[in-house]
Amino acid sequence: MSSRRSRSRQSGGSRPITDDQINDLVSKLQQLLPEIRERRSDKVSAATVLQETCNYIRSLHREVDDLSERLSGLLESSDTAQAAIIRNLLMQ
Amino acid sequence: MASTLLSNPVTNSDRSRKKKKKKIQAKDQNEQDHIKWKSDSQQQNYSSKLLQALSQVRLGSPPPPPSSADAPRRGRAVREAADTVLAVAAKGRSRWSRAILTNRLKLNFQKKHKKQRVVATVSGPSRSSSKKPKVSVLRLKGKSLPAVQRKVRVLGRLVPGCRKQPLPVILEEATDYIAALEMQVRVMAALAERLSDSGAGSSSAPPS
Repeated sequence: MSSRRSRSRQSGGSRPITDDQINDLVSKLQQLLPEIRERRSDKVSAATVLQETCNYIRSLHREVDDLSERLSGLLESSDTAQAAIIRNLLMQ
Repeated sequence: MASTLLSNPVTNSDRSRKKKKKKIQAKDQNEQDHIKWKSDSQQQNYSSKLLQALSQVRLGSPPPPPSSADAPRRGRAVREAADTVLAVAAKGRSRWSRAILTNRLKLNFQKKHKKQRVVATVSGPSRSSSKKPKVSVLRLKGKSLPAVQRKVRVLGRLVPGCRKQPLPVILEEATDYIAALEMQVRVMAALAERLSDSGAGSSSAPPS
């Protein structure tokens, strides 16, 4: 048991995971979520924050997928892509 | 006397020393990380690395047969390259970035030895952590609702490398991951804009 506890300390950070810490983390997460920021209510429950987080991450994943498909289509036209890449690197 | 008292807990075990360092660093990093993913230098850094990786992706693949199935395949390759570059940009400070990179290694090499070694180093207490999340979540006062637990599990599956982590770890990783994903989206969108502009033949606008 003690070995498990010590291991949990190693990965958990602090063994007595206080409610305050979790509230802190949840509020930090809340700040990042655009929807909850716009709602501007302090009565958001943890479940809502978690739900919004899951939705937001999923939508970000979808956006990245869409963008990467678009980029792959653009990159397939090799000549313009090469010129564009070289130009971009020079501009940066 | 006071110095020995202070140094004792520090030198007693490596774990507590690392824990203290982690705590101090974690507080600074939590503030730094959000700023880090929004800073211009990080965006420049990421976009240049992304361009390099993307040019490698394009050149690496042989001339494709003219089939429409290529787009999703290429898209996935681009997505993987973008994720890998994002993980590299995180400089290994976050679990999800390490998980992305080690997953790539696993897929590339496909050797059991590396997998075992990597699993041991990255998620050392994973063996015991399968029982840990239940204990840690139940210990939370008022957070032991099954709804919250379920959502935390789902969130843990979404963030790479956090499937068996306790709640505070998942939350922390999620905040960093979201900031990083936002930056990734910004950079890729800007890149797509620039490429489509120059592809259309119009003179490319100066970078904003």
